[in-house]
Amino acid sequence: MEPAILEADNVSLRFGGVKALTEVSFHVRRAEIFSIIGPNGAGKTSMVNCVSGRYRPTEGRVSFEGRDITRMGANRRAAVGIGRTFQNLALFGHMSVLQNIMVGRHHLMRAGFLRGMLHWGGARKEEIEHRRAVEEIIDFLEIQHVRHAPAGTLSYGLRKRVELARAVAVSPRLILLDEPMAGMNLEEKEDMARFIIDLNQEWGMTVLMIEHDMGVVMDISHRVMVLDFGRKLVEGTPAEVLAHPQVRRAYLGEDVGAEPVPA
Amino acid sequence: METGLLFQLVLNGLIVGALYGVVAMSFVLIYKASQVVNFAQGEFLLIGAWACWWLLTYWKLPFWIGFPVSLAFMTVFGMVLQVVVLRPLIGEPVISVIMATVGLSIFFQALMKWMFGVFAQPFPPIFPVDQVSIMGLQVQSVYLLSLALSLCIMLGFWWFFSFSRHGLAMRATAFDQQVAQSLGISVPQVFAMSWAISALVSSVAGVVVGVVSGVSSGLSFYGIKVFPAVILGGLDSVVGAMLGGIIVGVLENVAQYVDSQWLNWGNMTNIAPFYALIIILMIKPYGLFGTKNIERV
Repeated sequence: MEPAILEADNVSLRFGGVKALTEVSFHVRRAEIFSIIGPNGAGKTSMVNCVSGRYRPTEGRVSFEGRDITRMGANRRAAVGIGRTFQNLALFGHMSVLQNIMVGRHHLMRAGFLRGMLHWGGARKEEIEHRRAVEEIIDFLEIQHVRHAPAGTLSYGLRKRVELARAVAVSPRLILLDEPMAGMNLEEKEDMARFIIDLNQEWGMTVLMIEHDMGVVMDISHRVMVLDFGRKLVEGTPAEVLAHPQVRRAYLGEDVGAEPVPA
Repeated sequence: METGLLFQLVLNGLIVGALYGVVAMSFVLIYKASQVVNFAQGEFLLIGAWACWWLLTYWKLPFWIGFPVSLAFMTVFGMVLQVVVLRPLIGEPVISVIMATVGLSIFFQALMKWMFGVFAQPFPPIFPVDQVSIMGLQVQSVYLLSLALSLCIMLGFWWFFSFSRHGLAMRATAFDQQVAQSLGISVPQVFAMSWAISALVSSVAGVVVGVVSGVSSGLSFYGIKVFPAVILGGLDSVVGAMLGGIIVGVLENVAQYVDSQWLNWGNMTNIAPFYALIIILMIKPYGLFGTKNIERV
């Protein structure tokens, strides 16, 4: 069994009196697809935000590859190997697809301000390397045909793909996907599921994903965690999670009376 | 009608307007990156011009050394100003930040008067010839330099924001700070850089104006002049700021022409842009190129 790449240990998050997360512990193993599910307001995005550094947990700790990152700034987490997409599309609308993806390379480029400006030293060579990496990502996500289009003009499904491309450009070892398939039609969902599997298997990225589509989640996830009211309900393989009575009740609409809920 | 005079004034307007545009761009740069309305923009011109003047007259440095040195100084100055004064104010109400920049403006004006006196000081002669004649129109040599510098700065901005990683990072930060951070961009660094570039670019304009009409606290009036330019262009558009600046420059000079020929009201140069500002705000509240917030229901 692969070791854990990400560990959350008793993470609690409070906003004033509102408890978004209460003592949530879980770990994600290297090279797995790990999904977080749960009803709206269950704290899924809050949990991902604690990992990406947008929020600092009120209590508990988060570690990545054995290193405590609980207090690390959000921008430094890109450098240690964590990338993410957002629930609401967050593309830079006026920039071209290519420029959006190039921003993802930002932290990997070493050439400083002056060197880059004057194109001296390794700056040119470095840029060519990054261009190559970006081309590879564009090919992979099949967005060659829109590379120069302003991101804001693309269709919804394509924008989701470009956003994924930008997160991949960060070259993360752990990628956080917040509802990658929300609002997509069946065909777009199938494409996205294929991209996520390829990212995991061919690019070797560990995936932590929030998704509402149970069919997709159960199909592609290695393990699933269910959150409810900010607490962890259950964690395990898709089959184990589906067997949990409360999950069956919430997601499969089973009659509550048929199986008594354990206290 | 004196057509010759009109042409001369329009040409002057274009040249001065390009300078306004440069200052307006650097104003917009700060606003876009860090959402700060910088009322101390004019002081960047003032301090830059005094710094250059001091290097040239006190240290007797040649212009081609003194000018770059003062620009380097202003770059550091802008960065330090952001880190020391503006950074602690991140997250405070907009009005507090604006008041801080107003305070900075007054402070630096007073400081410059205290250090260099209240009288306008001329630059030592820099060009062998004061004026050159282009197709019968008299143009000051320094204005030619100014035009060239303005064009370079515009091209530089365009390159910077389309291709360089720092420029893209700045646009990303202007769009959404959270997203920018998730891509590994350090927002405080972007803020500091935007102030540094803004101070650098503004001080180029400061030195040029200083060479033409002497260095005095009047330079900080340019910080107010940028308002019609940026409102005209739209507060968040760099290209718009440039065009706004040129339009204001031409407008000033044409207004002066109209005034001198027919109206004889006096002082139209300074007032006309602000009339234009009011009219534009009435017709196009977001400026010619500004972002219109469209609400979809």
